[in-house]
Amino acid sequence: MIAIVDVCSGNLRSVERALQRAGGRTVVTRDPDTVRRADKIVVPGQGAFGVFMRGLTERHLGDALREAIASGRPYLGICLGLQVLFDESEEQGPCAGLGIVRGRVARLAPGDRRLKVPHIGWNRVAPPHVADRTDRPAEPLLAGVAGGAHVYFVHSYHAVPADPSLVALEAVHGVRITAAIRHDNLFACQFHPEKSQAVGLQILRNFVEAVP
Amino acid sequence: MTLARRIIPCLDVKDGRVVKGINFVQLRDAGDPVACAAAYDAQGADEICYLDISAAPEGRATLVDVVARTADQVFAPLTVGGGVRSVGDAERLLEAGADKIAINTAAIRSPQLVTACAARFGSQAIVVAVDAKRRVPTSAIDGWEVYSHGGRTPEGLDGLAWCRRLADLGAGELLVTSMDRDGTGAGYDLELVRAVAGAVPIPVIASGGVGELAHLAAGLEAGADAVLAASIFHFGRHTIDEAKAFLAAAGIEVRRS
Repeated sequence: MIAIVDVCSGNLRSVERALQRAGGRTVVTRDPDTVRRADKIVVPGQGAFGVFMRGLTERHLGDALREAIASGRPYLGICLGLQVLFDESEEQGPCAGLGIVRGRVARLAPGDRRLKVPHIGWNRVAPPHVADRTDRPAEPLLAGVAGGAHVYFVHSYHAVPADPSLVALEAVHGVRITAAIRHDNLFACQFHPEKSQAVGLQILRNFVEAVP
Repeated sequence: MTLARRIIPCLDVKDGRVVKGINFVQLRDAGDPVACAAAYDAQGADEICYLDISAAPEGRATLVDVVARTADQVFAPLTVGGGVRSVGDAERLLEAGADKIAINTAAIRSPQLVTACAARFGSQAIVVAVDAKRRVPTSAIDGWEVYSHGGRTPEGLDGLAWCRRLADLGAGELLVTSMDRDGTGAGYDLELVRAVAGAVPIPVIASGGVGELAHLAAGLEAGADAVLAASIFHFGRHTIDEAKAFLAAAGIEVRRS
């Protein structure tokens, strides 16, 4: 069973339907024990960082997520579900995150007046080009996803991991943006697979079918 | 690698039904917004927009159900506007599956609603719709005036100043409709698009007046991040993919699915 963690976020329903379309058995929950027992965990996030972190705290979900992640179970974070893994965000703050991944969440600054923030729409994503990391294993959640595929973004902030080798996908909007990270059992994306039509459904299918 | 420009078909919805149903494919029910949205999703629309024009509150309650049913089967971004007057209205639509909500008249009545919604849901979920009409050439000041209530009521607000203020209030995107061009098929008011896109740091969706594919290209070249159109797609004159092929040939970055 895949637990979709309900943290007062708008896109729960879309994420649930998309995971079901991808063949997943899901339960939407705000119960910490259900999160602890789930086989896989999805944290969809949409909205403002501070509101989201407050929701996590009030529902006592922070520790449940930490435990589930530490146990090695597959975790898929979407948008704020990626950002809250980090130490802190500039949004509504600085505001502390869960601190599971070292790094911070910074406001997008494309450096060109014609490039607007929020970064809204379909942008191409590709693994970062790093010459000395050819031995890196292929990302299983991206099987069947072409390099340079378009996915749907809608955000004003993005994560900057302290360890750049965690970046699994990046996009360019004036500057390089962290589009997805992989850290052990964690995969988290800044874009919205549940809104990215066929490409997004492929990523969700890979997550559903992945063996822990 | 750059952000693709978006093509957004817009459906006017009244009491849960599409006002002018699309007729480019055989739909069992061309008046069903969900069927229309699914058809556009299949064509590769970058986003779908519902604008609710129901007069009565019951119609808007129906809209929440329409949005939920859309989210069940359409995996493309959905923007929903019309009748959003409170944080609660916005929350119901977002929870039902909308990705962004569009506020229009209520933003003029209470600008703090924009700020409250942005604080609660993040700016990226808040579109403000601005209906602008050119001032008569003889008036002492030129530019555009903001209208409310579907373009019926002049508000005495300067279009560009209002757009700048909305960005400051926390709007994440502006949907700018030219009341002069809406329904004419004569193309976007390109001066309006250019002026607004240059005035605000947030994305601008051009709306009002598309009659042919070249109008979409002109709107994007004038600085719009996205183009919204209705009848050019609804009546089957062009598919979304034809529009994208046209734009790609014009050197504009689009997503081909």
